[in-house]
Amino acid sequence: MKDYEVIIGLETHIQLNTETKIFCSCKADSWEADPNTNICPVCSGLPGVLPVLNAEAVRKGAILAAAMHAHINPKSYFDRKNYFYPDLPKGYQISQFDEPIGKGGYMDLPMENGETRHVRIHNLHLEEDAGKTKTEHGMRLLDYNRCGVPLVEMVTEPDLRSGDEAAQYLIRLRQLLRWIGVSEADMERGHLRCDANVSIRERGSTILNTKTEIKNVNSIESVRQAIGEEAKRQIELVESGGKVESFTLDWDADSGKLKKMRSKETEADYRYFREPDLLPVVLTPEEIAQIQAGLPELPLARRERFEKDYQLSGYDAEILTSERSLSDYYENAVKAYAGEAKAVANWMMNDLSRMLNDLGKNADELNLKPDDLAEIITMVDQGKINAATGKNLLKKVEESGKSPAKIVEEENLGLIDDSDALRTQIEAILASAPDEVANFRAGKESLLGWFVGQVMRSSGGKADPKRTREILLDLLRKE
Amino acid sequence: MNLTQLSAFETAQKIRSGEVKAIEIVQSALAQIKKVDGVSGSLEPGLLSPEEEKKVHAFIQLTEDLAIRQAEKVDWMIANGEEPGLLAGVPLSVKDIFCVEGTNTTAASKIIANFVPPYTATAVERLTAAGALVLGKVNLDEFTFGSSNESSAFQPATNNPWQTEYVPGGSSGGSAASVAAQEVALSLGTDTGGSIRQPAAFCGVVGMKPSYGRVSRLGLIAFASSLDCPGPVARDVRDAALMLQVMAGNDPKDSTSSTKPVDNYLAALEQDVKGLRIGLSPDYEALYYPDMESGELYSQPIQKEVHDAVLQAAEWLAKAGAEIIENVPLPNTRYGIPTYFVISRVEAASNLHRFDGVKYGYRTPEDVGDLIELYRRSRAEGFGLEPKLRILMGMYVSAAEHASAYYQKALKVRSMIRNDFDQVFDPHGEHQLDALLTPTTATTAFKRKAVYGNSVLMQYSDQMTVTSNHAGVPALTLPGGLDENGLPIGIQLIGNDFREDMILRIGNAYEQITADEAWRKVRPQVLQGEVIA
Repeated sequence: MKDYEVIIGLETHIQLNTETKIFCSCKADSWEADPNTNICPVCSGLPGVLPVLNAEAVRKGAILAAAMHAHINPKSYFDRKNYFYPDLPKGYQISQFDEPIGKGGYMDLPMENGETRHVRIHNLHLEEDAGKTKTEHGMRLLDYNRCGVPLVEMVTEPDLRSGDEAAQYLIRLRQLLRWIGVSEADMERGHLRCDANVSIRERGSTILNTKTEIKNVNSIESVRQAIGEEAKRQIELVESGGKVESFTLDWDADSGKLKKMRSKETEADYRYFREPDLLPVVLTPEEIAQIQAGLPELPLARRERFEKDYQLSGYDAEILTSERSLSDYYENAVKAYAGEAKAVANWMMNDLSRMLNDLGKNADELNLKPDDLAEIITMVDQGKINAATGKNLLKKVEESGKSPAKIVEEENLGLIDDSDALRTQIEAILASAPDEVANFRAGKESLLGWFVGQVMRSSGGKADPKRTREILLDLLRKE
Repeated sequence: MNLTQLSAFETAQKIRSGEVKAIEIVQSALAQIKKVDGVSGSLEPGLLSPEEEKKVHAFIQLTEDLAIRQAEKVDWMIANGEEPGLLAGVPLSVKDIFCVEGTNTTAASKIIANFVPPYTATAVERLTAAGALVLGKVNLDEFTFGSSNESSAFQPATNNPWQTEYVPGGSSGGSAASVAAQEVALSLGTDTGGSIRQPAAFCGVVGMKPSYGRVSRLGLIAFASSLDCPGPVARDVRDAALMLQVMAGNDPKDSTSSTKPVDNYLAALEQDVKGLRIGLSPDYEALYYPDMESGELYSQPIQKEVHDAVLQAAEWLAKAGAEIIENVPLPNTRYGIPTYFVISRVEAASNLHRFDGVKYGYRTPEDVGDLIELYRRSRAEGFGLEPKLRILMGMYVSAAEHASAYYQKALKVRSMIRNDFDQVFDPHGEHQLDALLTPTTATTAFKRKAVYGNSVLMQYSDQMTVTSNHAGVPALTLPGGLDENGLPIGIQLIGNDFREDMILRIGNAYEQITADEAWRKVRPQVLQGEVIA
């Protein structure tokens, strides 16, 4: 068998998280609404109505363009994409065609082998979403709630080389979208949808062969699987002397199978022309500069910086930049903490992460602020409390909203560093366990751990472990 | 006193002074409609009696209840010392292409004959807020596609009140006829290539296409969105100015509506024409048709009486102190119609996509199993001939393989036409015009059925008017005399962007100069026998 290379381009539809729809004042989000309850004459295409552009959709589209390193078009236009479909109430979709809001751009995708895949963006344009159609009991049912929801359609060049890479791209894109706050990017809710164009060629060749388009690959796993399946199919077909034909495939995630939808012999003619009901979208140089200046440090750049500035492992840096508020939290805690940044990372990777998971919160929603975390770690470092108390404190601060110092004081959680008091307590424990004392003295020194445990239990964890050990050894070896 | 003879201005004055009640205006208008209009247009008209053939048939639907409610409100306001608005008690008809909440809005098409919009067009809303009384919805060519009213799915189509065997023009034929026949004082029309001005000229009334964006398009069922302009039809210039004053101004719900402040049009009428530069152009003296085979243009001079009326008007205006500039070149005028053929149809085809039998309007009663078949049949049965022709042409010239030869080229020619106007209105240019004076139409009204069916010939009746739609500039048509058959002649004033004030001012001066002309005293046929107050 020849050595084949898979060539993949992705077309993504990104739902912007604006308050209202792109051309009317209906709410953009109708996830929980009953069918056709979040519609108005504009988004349901009644005669005589006109679209009014939502400036927030333009702003968010431009922010995404900036984050993708695209050229932000100072003057972009809306066009009509004409086609008939029952869930498209006007019979045309208001979209952008030859002068979209963003042109070009790229994403540098870090790959598992440490290399970077440079994925170029062809273009990025604003458009309105269509409604939903479903067939039930032999009837075609229409829900227009989604009509007019603002989307960015973003198309890559054919720069991806495997299902894994395509999945990586989506993971990074999802991370970026949430990071810059333009989309919730929840794939289950259709905020981020994906179609994949797949073709194969012999490795080393530079031509582009006939491609197929896979629709509805709407989860990371689907992208990986569907592209894998389709590449396998194409290779087997070509190996057995067949020829890849251009058609559209539908990915059925339940069965894990590709289904042929329609032949794409002739491209549909959408008869694009300028939308006469809207003015050109003009962004002044000042506005563009403002959008670019307002862009936060992007996740991949921040990851790199964390590794360098805080001596984090790639793994830790990755987790701590997986989400923007978490990485902001980390940096703020590091700033408030005098010790090593790595220590903060350890606390966050373990206990704080678990807490976020359990509570289902983002880092910026915690009552436990970065300063509190730094304070707790510092108290442990200074021996004011032990590590177990510190971990419990995380929860207590979160639940009560009180400062760590206050809780330690109120609940008397400070370590017992009064050696006399501790010694008295230990003497009592030894007195109550004559057999174990005898065994220890007979040479079974491994019992020391058991004694430490007993002391800890009776002190409610407040005994300083180091001091406990010293006193125990002193008393046990005294005889 | 016959109240239907009053102008809008006079009506509002009498209402305000308490001399007349708004409810009396409604009654007099309804009586006049009953007298001259005959049966309203309907989808199943049946045979017409010879008597009905001589009626106007301007209305598709009377909105008597609405008018009465509005009149009661005006009367209540007057009685309570409240400000009733500039158009208090003025009877108004609305072209049935504008949405009026709770009333059928048909676009004169079977495909939305049963459509009741849940909103009111901005223009209508502003007119009624100013006290106007909506007497009904008037007929038009189907979806405004035509120049004779004959393509309406609601028959009988409107007749010309001057001589009922002639067409009223179109597409705002019902508007022009209802004003000419004194059924209402004002009518709201739309003008995409001449659809206000041509019927106004044919019916001997005043009609204005304002600058693009001066009046909101919200609630107007679109024909060609980049060309459509709502505008007034009235019996004199002052009424047109009054009506425009009320409608004009930015509407945040129409992105293409202008934010430019609105001038005081009534105040502009106070000024005379001394020193104004008014141009005459040889490019408005003939019709140019391309040869179907070779594409070469051949020309045909316009009707002599129409041309003479323009020259006569120029002479009068010169006497009043205006400066007439002859031989002003507007060389791309002759390409106006072919350009319009392409642009308007591309937009129309797209605008008509929404009428698909799925959501509202007509759906085939056939039990079709297939979606495409549902579309095909609903549209085939719901649309009349004229929309079908325009859809076909629009689809063709915007198809990927034809767009550059037709649609893209048409857009270029459109900007050349615009450039013609920029040149002549340039305040530092060679001509420095304040207005152009041209014929409104190449001929006076034609007989029913004489042109209908010849889509190309019908369209060429818009050659004098369509250029201002392409360019977006305002234009006003005025009665300019009668031809040898006693049919009205229209003359047109075209102004620079947002200079409605200028053309209204010149139009008003012309009206005063010609006030005593014999043709001003002649009444339309349907009004003959009426006592003139």
